Amino acid sequence: MLRFILRRLLETIPVLLVIATATFFMLRLVPGGPFTAEKAVSPEIMKNLEAHYGLDRPLHRQYLAYLGDIAPKKFAPWRLFADADRDGSADFNLQTAFGIDLGPSFKYPNRTVNEIIAGKLPASLELGLLALGVALALGVTLGVLAAMKKNTVGDYAASTFAMVGICVPTFVMGPLFVLLFALQLRWFNASGWYFPADRVLPAATLGLVYAAYIARLTRGGMLEVLNQDYIRTARAKGASETRVVLRHSLRGGLLPVVTFLGPAIAGIISGSFVIETIFQIPGIGREFVNSAFNRDYTLVSGTVLLYALLIIALNLVVDVVQVWLNPRLKFE
Amino acid sequence: MSSVTSVVKFPSSSAAPAACPRSPWHDAWLRLRRNRLAVVSGVFVVLLAFACLVIPPFLAHGYADQNLALGAKPPSAAHWLGTDELGRDLLARLLYGGRISLMVGFVASLVALVIGVSYGAIAGYAGGKLDAFLMRVVDILYALPFTIFVILIMVFLKQPMDQLDAWLRQFSLLQDLQGIGKIVGLFAAIGAVEWLTMARIVRGQVLTVKKMEYIEAARTLGYGHARIIFRHIVPNILGPIIVFTTLTIPAVMMLESFLSFLGLGVDAPLSSWGTLIKDGADKMENYPWLLVFPGTVFATTLLALNLLGDGLRDALDVRAAKD
Repeated sequence: MLRFILRRLLETIPVLLVIATATFFMLRLVPGGPFTAEKAVSPEIMKNLEAHYGLDRPLHRQYLAYLGDIAPKKFAPWRLFADADRDGSADFNLQTAFGIDLGPSFKYPNRTVNEIIAGKLPASLELGLLALGVALALGVTLGVLAAMKKNTVGDYAASTFAMVGICVPTFVMGPLFVLLFALQLRWFNASGWYFPADRVLPAATLGLVYAAYIARLTRGGMLEVLNQDYIRTARAKGASETRVVLRHSLRGGLLPVVTFLGPAIAGIISGSFVIETIFQIPGIGREFVNSAFNRDYTLVSGTVLLYALLIIALNLVVDVVQVWLNPRLKFE
Repeated sequence: MSSVTSVVKFPSSSAAPAACPRSPWHDAWLRLRRNRLAVVSGVFVVLLAFACLVIPPFLAHGYADQNLALGAKPPSAAHWLGTDELGRDLLARLLYGGRISLMVGFVASLVALVIGVSYGAIAGYAGGKLDAFLMRVVDILYALPFTIFVILIMVFLKQPMDQLDAWLRQFSLLQDLQGIGKIVGLFAAIGAVEWLTMARIVRGQVLTVKKMEYIEAARTLGYGHARIIFRHIVPNILGPIIVFTTLTIPAVMMLESFLSFLGLGVDAPLSSWGTLIKDGADKMENYPWLLVFPGTVFATTLLALNLLGDGLRDALDVRAAKD
């Protein structure tokens, strides 16, 4: 197991290197730069700007310098929050903890990408975790209930819900929720991220799609497990139905769900771009899309690296959980 | 192991499948016809595609015709689905948008199909080190934040796409299609990321098929690798390929509308369902029908395509594509 984790950790290094390289050259080689946007800048100012950000150097020099900046140079995670709230602008600091410097932002003068990420990531993480919680809680419950009451009205209702949830995109669901719960019923605010109640609509919107998928997968997985011989044995020895489901079947029945968690996490991250726009949440997803439009090179590559790292790390966790749930995988 | 059963069921399908009344394809067709939900869905998709292609020229209003004096009005006898605040007829815009959304869905799925089938078939057929390497690449690509790359492609290749647009519209056939360059870009960007699962499925199927006697026979006859792969193996794994392609189409349409919602889809005055939903979401407080109609049509289409895919999967008894 330890070898497996170590091997996967080693594999992430070339992957992150490829991503860093791909984003770097993709951003630099296409026409149009961060300063060519709205108003034309005089050639002298342009020259100064490029010199300030090191854009006048040859491409390979820029690339090497960039790799040097983003490479972790120390490992001190305990210092991640050392500067927290000292000036109120940054909650954590990648520079002091790992020596990672993602560079200055091109569009926000005097702000570093490290600071922007530190300021905007917490809201996105909170949204993502809440959505994942909604998806798992709702999806697994519905799926298990549907499998237990197979081919009854309740089963069909749950399956219909799942199918509809998969087919109604978040950007239709979100505005409809706002229309109904915020504008008509006035239960929640239509947008913002200030009070605990502000979390309900965004997290529900983002989580519902994945709840639908998870419900389908749970139902399928549970039905397959409930047909196994050892379940008949459990019933024969007099275990109650609840015990059969919770103690004997759930572990096996949830396997397809765990496999799905990897794609689900990636989907929740990209889903947050839309959700953060709809509900005006100050998160990193909206920042990423804006930075792409603004061609803010450093901010784009910084967020892409962050997302890649998040997805890879979470996928590793998912894989470990999968082996833990299904020891047979160890031998493959 | 489930894949073995699904393949064994149609060993002879490469030899004129439709002509023989008792072919496995015929059986599958009979099974599909018994699935009422799938049939209704299939008919719905065909009718919708037909409506989007044929009806627009016969409508009283064009999709870009503005009527500023009229403004945004709810559904009426003149405008069945109402108008937006520029006075444009929503029905015309929905049908035109359907052309774009369905076209992107089908063509990008086709791109993904070609890449995925070739890649997976080559990996599975070659086996050994090449297979291990090719599939490791797929594994690694799987872990990447792909939507993010599609967004970057759509933002940063805007200028090349505009040039492509200008070049394509020199041809008389395409000259009225403003924005065709962006649409081609969408095909490529989406197709380039949606082929991974297809490659995995096809590889798994090829691994089981290539051990069969008729492949050995083909090899004995001295056929080349390419001929064996594309003439002997691929036709025998068409079932999973068809099913998975059907399920890719709604996924692609979802991605296209997602991009449109972020402002990265087709440009005005063209509209896809995604851009219509985006416009509707912005104005839903005052003009809810601008969100409700495009949202309903879009969701219903995705539902129908998914149900059709599920029906095909059951009819062709494909278990490999289930997860």
